[in-house]
Amino acid sequence: MDWLFSPVTAGDKILSMIAAIVIFVVVMGAILLAVGNEKAPSWLVAAGFLGPVVIFLAVGLVWPTLQTIWKSFQTTANVIGPDNQPVRNPDFSIQKTTSFNFNNYKSIFTDSDLLRVLGNTLLWTILVPLVATAIGLVYAVIIDRSRFEKFAKTLIFIPMAISMVGAAIIWRFVYAINDAPGANQIGIANQFLVWIGLKPINFLNGGLATTFFLIIVMIWIQAGFAMTILSAAIKAIPEDTIEAAKIDGASGMKLFTRITIPSIRSALVVVLTTLAIGALKAYDIVKAMGNSNPTVDVIATRFITYFNSAETENLSSALAVVLFVMVLPIVVYNVRQMRKQEETR
Amino acid sequence: MTAGEIFVEPVDRKEARKNKAAMAAAETAKRISSPGASIIAIILAVLWTIPTFGLLVTSFRPGDVVPTSGWWTAFTAGGGGFTFNTYKEAWTTQALGPNFLNSFVITLPAILIPITLALLAAYAFAWVDFRGRNFLFVAVFALQIVPIQVTLLPLLKTYKWLGLDGSFWPVWLSHTIYGLPLAIFLMHNFMKEIPREIVEAARVDGAGHVKIFFKVLMPLLVPAIAAFGIFQFLWVWNDLLVGTVFSGSKNNAPLPLAVQQLIGNLGSGNRQYLLSAGAFIVMAVPLVIFLALQRFFVRGLLAGGVKG
Repeated sequence: MDWLFSPVTAGDKILSMIAAIVIFVVVMGAILLAVGNEKAPSWLVAAGFLGPVVIFLAVGLVWPTLQTIWKSFQTTANVIGPDNQPVRNPDFSIQKTTSFNFNNYKSIFTDSDLLRVLGNTLLWTILVPLVATAIGLVYAVIIDRSRFEKFAKTLIFIPMAISMVGAAIIWRFVYAINDAPGANQIGIANQFLVWIGLKPINFLNGGLATTFFLIIVMIWIQAGFAMTILSAAIKAIPEDTIEAAKIDGASGMKLFTRITIPSIRSALVVVLTTLAIGALKAYDIVKAMGNSNPTVDVIATRFITYFNSAETENLSSALAVVLFVMVLPIVVYNVRQMRKQEETR
Repeated sequence: MTAGEIFVEPVDRKEARKNKAAMAAAETAKRISSPGASIIAIILAVLWTIPTFGLLVTSFRPGDVVPTSGWWTAFTAGGGGFTFNTYKEAWTTQALGPNFLNSFVITLPAILIPITLALLAAYAFAWVDFRGRNFLFVAVFALQIVPIQVTLLPLLKTYKWLGLDGSFWPVWLSHTIYGLPLAIFLMHNFMKEIPREIVEAARVDGAGHVKIFFKVLMPLLVPAIAAFGIFQFLWVWNDLLVGTVFSGSKNNAPLPLAVQQLIGNLGSGNRQYLLSAGAFIVMAVPLVIFLALQRFFVRGLLAGGVKG
């Protein structure tokens, strides 16, 4: 069964994929056959249709979440003997003791390095939604009913389709630097600086500035999302409303602030909150562009760094819980706003 | 503008939108659109495209000229010309070929399984009466708020305990688990919109739930399945986090993970140019699907905007 549980060759991999699909089809077929009888009681039908999902979600989401919350309150330490040396087990490994406390959370909110991680995460969560939404809104308004609308929209939207790792490479080349004196620049950003008479900058060498340059990449990706949703909302504003406002003498900026913005308010909220949730969990861009520099870490990347070692895995659990708590109010607000929209339509 | 609305667009509304579009077009003809706005729009669109275009040009330039001259010089006399070698080298010497296969092997079950399970669950929530239905539905709905980070470590340990590490099973199962809450929510939104009479009529004819599901509802659900399928495809194909945590060995690594490791290996050396081809190898399939199925694609992506 090696081909199914540790495939190496291309043939084995494809075979294991086919086997997985066949196993799934056979299991589901058997379940449906069992509940397919017209006279089957409805609780049996529900069990057949929902059983697999309930098992997946209970084992895969609910139970792990509880475990992570539990672990986030644990710290392990070496057991120290009367001779002030760590006590060893018979197999010579150091004996550990586990205790429950708030130490993991205390270090997240006091350690200067971890506070910077929190600060970076907050910067992402605030800047990405605000700037991407602003750009998307301006773009949606000026492009509305213009001649190139469809084509221009496609161009802005493409970054949404590609993987963030691909986007990271695109921008690594944009930010590339040749710092040898007199050398040609190969990154367009630095070439631009040279063209206007400035010195090239090392965009990705860490620190707060690099965080901003990484945030620009996320904005580049997400503006298309904001533009598409807001453009649809703008098109849904009734023609009468706009006409009435025009008869009252509104035009240009006034029309935009008095009519357009209030009419698309709930779409704006959905876009802002959705982008904030995405930015809070930003992992790929920081991982692929940050050069493992700890000064640009956000919660999602630091969490993975800590995750792989037994020493820090409790701390990583606490970071995950902090992420959860930060996401929670935004998601709740987002969902409530969506529901409200659904009711009013 | 809600997930459901973008996802499920009834025919009559589509018609209404078409009429509205026609009216708008007529009006545009009357009202001359401001040339200033058009110019700003074009500038922004060009600005947005330059980074991708630059990398595309770079990926077709000979490797020895990439570190010494910018891609914008490629079209000049001394630009060094164009070649396919960067792609050949990235595919063979950097062995992205096997990772491409891994991505394919991961993606197919990771789309099929959650969609099938979500359809069945959504059907039960919409059309089967049983005790605790509302409670269970709200619970599933609420699970959308769990960030996957919270679940990674315990899940990884569970897979190890089951002896599944080193295979594709952890990746398949994880993508299924993470995809389910949103998929169920969206499919349920769609099921709700199907008129009750259609289901009732089939029931009067003596059809059981399984028969109604396959014979009556599935054909009506094709657009919804396509839209979510594309969204899930993108999510799985572009994913780095789940692949990093669960694919275990380098042997099973999906494309984004392999390319991300390539950044680490080649990031500052003089073979950096290989990254340009690597990026386009990762992006090729989503780009083709995007250009071919733009309509479904945008709808699917917007519907899933809250996932992650």
